[in-house]
Amino acid sequence: MKKTRLMATMIIIACIFAMGCSGKKKGDADSKNGDMKDDYNFGLVTGEGGVNDQGFNQLAWEGYKRLQDEFGYNVKYLESKQESDYGANLDKFADEGMNMIWTLGFTMKDITVNAAKMNPDLKYGNIDSVCEQIADNMVSVVFRAQESTFLTGYIAGRMTETNHVGFIGAMRSEVIDQFEYGFRAGVAYAAKETGKEIDVDIQYTESFTDTAKNKSISTLMYSNGVDIILPCGATLGSIEAAKEMNKYVIGIDMDQRHLAPNQMITVAMKNVDVAVYEITKELAEGTFEGGTEHSFGLAEGGVGIAPHSDNLVPGEVLKEVEEISDRIINGSILPPKDEEGFEAFLKTL
Amino acid sequence: MNMEKLIKIQLTNIILATVVGFILGGIVLVLTGYNPLEAYGALFSGIFSKPKYIAQVVIKSTPIILTGLSFLVAFKSGLFNMGAEGQYLTGSIVAAIVGSKLDFPGGIHFLAVVVSAVTASALLGAVIGILKTKWGVNEVISCIMFNWFLLYLNNYLITTPWLKKPNAEASYEIHETAWSLVAGKWKTTEKGIAALSGSGSPFAEMLLRTDLNYGIVIAVIVAVIIYILYKKTTTGYRLQSVGANINASRLSGIPVEKNIICAMALSAAISGLAGALTITGMMPHRLSQLRVHEGYGFSGIAVALIGANSPIGCIFSGLFYSMLEYGSSSIQSKTGAASEIMDLVIGTIIFFIAISSLFRIVLKKKKGESKHE
Repeated sequence: MKKTRLMATMIIIACIFAMGCSGKKKGDADSKNGDMKDDYNFGLVTGEGGVNDQGFNQLAWEGYKRLQDEFGYNVKYLESKQESDYGANLDKFADEGMNMIWTLGFTMKDITVNAAKMNPDLKYGNIDSVCEQIADNMVSVVFRAQESTFLTGYIAGRMTETNHVGFIGAMRSEVIDQFEYGFRAGVAYAAKETGKEIDVDIQYTESFTDTAKNKSISTLMYSNGVDIILPCGATLGSIEAAKEMNKYVIGIDMDQRHLAPNQMITVAMKNVDVAVYEITKELAEGTFEGGTEHSFGLAEGGVGIAPHSDNLVPGEVLKEVEEISDRIINGSILPPKDEEGFEAFLKTL
Repeated sequence: MNMEKLIKIQLTNIILATVVGFILGGIVLVLTGYNPLEAYGALFSGIFSKPKYIAQVVIKSTPIILTGLSFLVAFKSGLFNMGAEGQYLTGSIVAAIVGSKLDFPGGIHFLAVVVSAVTASALLGAVIGILKTKWGVNEVISCIMFNWFLLYLNNYLITTPWLKKPNAEASYEIHETAWSLVAGKWKTTEKGIAALSGSGSPFAEMLLRTDLNYGIVIAVIVAVIIYILYKKTTTGYRLQSVGANINASRLSGIPVEKNIICAMALSAAISGLAGALTITGMMPHRLSQLRVHEGYGFSGIAVALIGANSPIGCIFSGLFYSMLEYGSSSIQSKTGAASEIMDLVIGTIIFFIAISSLFRIVLKKKKGESKHE
């Protein structure tokens, strides 16, 4: 009897563990039913983060919600709990008669290409992937993140008092390279303009999720005299470090300034919502063109610095940022996206 | 039949618990403003309305049937294997390495992947068993430690250029020769797609749209082998007797330590097999960065429990569990209710099975009352 009771207790404990592990944050499942003013149905297959992840997935869903509010289209999302869910979720949406389905991130690229091939009548979109071969009924979206990080790099270069700034990356890849070299080019541009010598510390955490490591690297950088950091991946660690040591930090992707209103000078925004909104709208308006790769930069409103950054950034700097951003749009400044481009850029200064 | 007798049968308990679970889920649905009938309707039509949905359920059930069996094997010998998660990861890591780095002809490659994955995780299980028998380290502790160790090993390996695919948060895919998909590569070729989508039959659609693989066949075979092991062989009897009464076993000359190590190794091997079959049988056939454990190990505990600790029962409870898991996304997309509602239903079912004596107590009390009247 004693043993059974013990066993039962252990099992219950195990169940609590299991629930704790599978109990992800609940999303506001708010795809309104019966709200079909128009015949368009749009689906979004999210990554493991879910629609409340304070980043990528949430931004895409916000773009969708805007479509629903403005045009009354029917929008839905399905959250993937594991990588093996991607295919099943895509298939489910295909059965439900969606007109277009978005997937997020390069981890979903291959499976989206596959789904597009199998369902030629449906339209698909994938964010953040460079596809060698895009199916005719699919679009891929890339962001020219180097343009926004160039601007933030310029701001950092102008605002640094120790002439020492830092960049913390997650893992080396083409996408992260855009951030790093855009930022470094921006700093170099500011240094040239003001005639200063500015050092840039570069470190990689090798993880998109290890906030603790990110924080310890940030703390170390700040103690070594760095006064502004652009972190990329597991950014919450850097934000915490900045708050504790009262140094400046630059946010990434989403406007996170509420997390550190006195330390976060600006944000290198990646407006996933704009991309999703614009392209999906094209479909409804009949101007959609499949098989294309859309590149979103400053000109398209796909990237940029956070609006109203005048809280911490001096007005004169912002004015010049605006000028530079105009020059990026008209092509007289080309922020580099990789090491090669960066070396070439330095020579033109 | 007499009510009291009926309630003593495990199956009745399971059915009662399921009903209670669904009722409770229904109450929560009503409270959050959704029609439970509509939601459950969506659940069942999302599972049974097309052959390919059933195929998805079967595909998803393969790993949890195996981790359920893995838990059961350890439990029969008095061990609490909390480490199915880590053993699953061991299996998938080894499978991904052998599958992507070595070259064998088709079929043999698959065997090589499975055998090496199973061996590696059996070794891990043996280590846990040795830690317990030699140094008295509780298997629950060492299992949980290994779970985290392997999670981070998995994440670390995907940062090394040797295994990491450039520009991806994942490893290289395993070669097609190691796939266990039904009709493997053929169905992704243009010709295959044309043939399958042209035929219009629902079974062709099932083949085309799902990762239907041979994993379930292997899982069923493993379940049957374990059933025979415990019913018909002395080895099985020894393994069980260690769990039933360790002192009596020792007195009657059964080598207790050896049996504990064997049971743990066998248990871990089955979890490792689950990992290997997921890599060979499901897209995208690779490892990816994990933030938390995928939960196959803990689902396995639930499967073993719902399956009344019988190997054959595990097959059905695994199918049942994956039905609810898979169907829950239909609830989300059709009615808008959060898919977590099904987690709640599953949790309730497990809870009521665990306290199945409650039904007995309620019945007794009722009987007592009716006598008074």
